[in-house]
Amino acid sequence: MVDLEAKRAWAVAAAVLDPEVPVVTVADLGILRSVEIDAQGRAVARVTPTYSGCPAVLAIELAIEAALRDAGFDPLIERVLTPAWTTDWITDQGREKLRAYGIAPPVAGSSSKRALFGDVVVSCPRCAAQDTSKLSEFGSTACKAHYRCNACLEPFDYFKCI
Amino acid sequence: MHAPLFAALIRLADDHLILGHRLSEWCGHAPMLEEDLAMPNIALDLIGQARALYSYAGDIEAAGRDEDLLAFGRLERDYQNLLICELPNGDFAQTMLRQFYFASFMLLFWAEAEGSSNATVAAVAAKAVKEAKYHRRHCGEWVIRLGDGTEESTLRMQEACFVLEPYLGEFFAVDDVAIEMSKASILPNPQSLRGAWLADVCEVFVSAKLQAPDLTHAHKGGRQGRHTEAMGHLLAQLQYMQRSFPNMTW
Repeated sequence: MVDLEAKRAWAVAAAVLDPEVPVVTVADLGILRSVEIDAQGRAVARVTPTYSGCPAVLAIELAIEAALRDAGFDPLIERVLTPAWTTDWITDQGREKLRAYGIAPPVAGSSSKRALFGDVVVSCPRCAAQDTSKLSEFGSTACKAHYRCNACLEPFDYFKCI
Repeated sequence: MHAPLFAALIRLADDHLILGHRLSEWCGHAPMLEEDLAMPNIALDLIGQARALYSYAGDIEAAGRDEDLLAFGRLERDYQNLLICELPNGDFAQTMLRQFYFASFMLLFWAEAEGSSNATVAAVAAKAVKEAKYHRRHCGEWVIRLGDGTEESTLRMQEACFVLEPYLGEFFAVDDVAIEMSKASILPNPQSLRGAWLADVCEVFVSAKLQAPDLTHAHKGGRQGRHTEAMGHLLAQLQYMQRSFPNMTW
């Protein structure tokens, strides 16, 4: 019974959309770490922020809390810092949704230094060309860098590896 | 209350809040659109790190002060940031050079703090080290581009070196709080990072064609709450909302 409730709570929380990129869910991004029912019967959702200063963190926590409450749970949100969030936690489905939305997903494998600082090949999310150049290390939000496709000439956001 | 830990957390948080505030002053005034995005992004990271530190400091103090009260409700002499963090931005070269110095130092600092005996400190460090790495790279590139750039940009970067040099020694100053923290393996001893920091700075300075900084003369006082004349003006802006509408929330 409790196990089923926990599964239902996870499904409810996992369906919450990211406020900045409202095509991916908090589960797709790997921000939602777990949902459990504790001894007091509360639904405890553990959430890991992407960046220390990400302004969306509070909005995301409130949205998860509201979704759980609407589904009849007594929610409790726990912010968890360790282990630190990494782009490796973005699911394959999440990566595909990002690409379809026009944001190049992080090049896989953030754990290597090369992925963060080396010359990685970022494919254009629109025309899939590999001939792209970085315009700025920082994009419209803390988690993105700004790129341009040299083939179709469209500028685009790249979800950077951390 | 663990008094040295509280003091050490406040110092670190103040460094990040004050420098983050300074950096945010560039929002809407940067020399190009990309930098107009970059600088507030870095500022956000710093203020986010400060938030986590203030909030933990409030828990340690256990006197009912939360992150907002610690950030906005203290007097000038209660802030214990490094003086370099509160200096006016100067031009873009000076802002970037300061940010590079700071990011290079914090990268070394957080990397060691990741192994802290204190779990909360280790968690904040693990997050911050990734962010500092990015800042260090971005600002280092600007130091090279401007230092080894046009006649004008070279002059400005050299001037920035000259202005900031007397404030560098304070990064490595050690007192009872710092010693206590390093003995308990909570935070690294800043003095022990001096060599690695100088090596990192010199690596960039060689490409930037700049002279290595001289750390012998150092202005001090920030850690004791003795500030430059710039600090009061900065706080007037930073604290305006909380002073005008005490305990307001968004």
